[in-house]
Amino acid sequence: MVFLQYLISGISIGSIYAIIALGYTMVYGIAKMLNFAHGDVIMVGGYISFCTTSYLGLPGWVSVVFAVAVCTVLGVVIEGLAYRPLRQAGSLAVLITAIGVSYLLQNAAQLIWGATPKNFTSLVNFAVPEFLSRLNVSGVMLVTVVACIVIMLGLTWFTSRTKLGKAMRACSEDRGAAQLMGINVNRTISMTFAIGSALAAIAGVLLCSYSPVLQPTTGSMPGIKAFTAAVFGGIGSIPGAFLGGVLLGIIEAMARAYLSTNLANSIVFAVLIIVLLVRPAGLLGKYVPEKV
Amino acid sequence: MKKQTKPASVKKPDGTLKRYFKNMKTATKVDYATYLGVILAFAVVMACQSAGLLNRQVTGMLVPICCYICMAVSLNLTVGILGELSLGHAGFMSVGAFSGIVASMSLGFTGAGDVVRLVAAIAIGAVVAAIAGVIVGVPVLRLRGDYLAIVTLAFGEIIKELINCLLVGFDENGLHIRFNYDGNSVMGDLGLTENGVEIIKGAQGAAGNEKLSTFVAGFVLVMITLIVVLNLVRSRTGRAVMAIRDNRIAAESVGINVTKYKLTAFVVSAALAGAAGGLYGLNFSSLASTTFDFNASILVLVYVVLGGLGNIWGSIVATVVLYALPEALRGFDDLRMLVYAIVLILVMLATHNERLRALLAKVLPRRKGAAVHG
Repeated sequence: MVFLQYLISGISIGSIYAIIALGYTMVYGIAKMLNFAHGDVIMVGGYISFCTTSYLGLPGWVSVVFAVAVCTVLGVVIEGLAYRPLRQAGSLAVLITAIGVSYLLQNAAQLIWGATPKNFTSLVNFAVPEFLSRLNVSGVMLVTVVACIVIMLGLTWFTSRTKLGKAMRACSEDRGAAQLMGINVNRTISMTFAIGSALAAIAGVLLCSYSPVLQPTTGSMPGIKAFTAAVFGGIGSIPGAFLGGVLLGIIEAMARAYLSTNLANSIVFAVLIIVLLVRPAGLLGKYVPEKV
Repeated sequence: MKKQTKPASVKKPDGTLKRYFKNMKTATKVDYATYLGVILAFAVVMACQSAGLLNRQVTGMLVPICCYICMAVSLNLTVGILGELSLGHAGFMSVGAFSGIVASMSLGFTGAGDVVRLVAAIAIGAVVAAIAGVIVGVPVLRLRGDYLAIVTLAFGEIIKELINCLLVGFDENGLHIRFNYDGNSVMGDLGLTENGVEIIKGAQGAAGNEKLSTFVAGFVLVMITLIVVLNLVRSRTGRAVMAIRDNRIAAESVGINVTKYKLTAFVVSAALAGAAGGLYGLNFSSLASTTFDFNASILVLVYVVLGGLGNIWGSIVATVVLYALPEALRGFDDLRMLVYAIVLILVMLATHNERLRALLAKVLPRRKGAAVHG
């Protein structure tokens, strides 16, 4: 019974990781860059939602819409201003710029909202059925898992069926060839960032509903862990990000419960290192040999 | 390196010393200028200090600046010369700092002199960090690019958490170490005798250290770091490392042992960071492992990037300016990291702007520092 409770809490925190990881994996797969600022977009989403509910007194779902809108714009603006000029530069330059953007967002948030943690009131407060509440399942957990599955299925459908999704896959495969086929690469990458940031906003609201402490550094650790999850599942692969996120959540919950509270993060990172050494392309990723 | 020698017939040399300088490579001149600059800066600061021109705020900054110079120069070896982004450099500093504190406190218990304790702290910090560098480097250096960066970050976090769980004490029976992985152990579990000293207290870090670090020690450490790094870079090993940076496959195809040279550069970098940590740890009466978090790594990375990747003297200047500037402008403390972030982004955008590059190439006919492309 206790094991089951840990498993359920692992799956629900893992679902949040999975939503963030889906955003990471989309951006990494198409723009081929590690968007370090992704975790901080989560934090911005949380703050926007917090402000709309606490200061403006609007209902929860409006705040989610608001957060998604703001983060989408933010993601596109960041991409256009900071990453697009570096499209031809090396990955080191882009990564350092992304770290700069991450710092910029964190410190801007600290200036605007202050460093003291805000107490986020959960947006999900319906009662769960009797048999679930006996397993310590809260409404947030239920919503998170459902949202994660819906988003994963939606993204799979989007990338395989729609025109824009196919353009994204083409860009990820071969950017030059995609451009020759008449695909607007810049716009496609912008759209990817928009989708990724919208997902980050949803993840931000869910994360803050799950653990209600909101501060400028809220997003960085989940962001890093979600990247770990994306790599774990195979970066660039949508089902991989889902699987990686959920597995990582379960590993973390189990490590916290049965091994050591203090070392839970270390265990998660150790798993990442081992996975990268044994299967460099992740669980579901495909290995691309280097051509000379 | 291109040879800058000219035929002797062009102009008649009028002295062996002059000819020596004339035939010297540009890179060597830059290296000597770097040493000279550091020595001059040290002399000026010492002169000002003895004349009583420096206030407490400035003297308090001297040792940390020396430590961060060593950090920046050693990180430049990994990021600029080896071309691999490391986001966990502060982890090695942390290892060096805490092992240095343990060494110096243990020696203090046996009644060793201050200088011996300081040197032992720095040396042991370097050795332990080098061991950590091997442990981290062997798996990490098999990866490439973004993966390598994220794994160094992961190792930095792991080191932080491990030190957070460490309980260390020393008494006449020797060193007592306990690993508090479940969070239930307290200092009393170490079983120290009543004369024993508590050195590292888990999440609280080390408190009650004696401040042994001096500016002279910092200067010596900076000089040692410079000698090690510059000689490494200009040696056969350094050329091999730079060849790997510029094109790994080409380097491998001419018979360069990629793993060996990558690991050499990485471990030297880690050891120097550990030495800097050893000095840094003994400059404060208390130290927690959270001091050396991801932000500290990024701070050093900012120094390196703004000083110029692969440019050693650039790292030194950037460190001094960027460390001293915000301390001098106390009022802007909130804005410090914000300004750093903006400057970091702008520098990256500017240095990769084609038009600006073409303009710079016109103004400066030859670039001396080795820049990283890709």
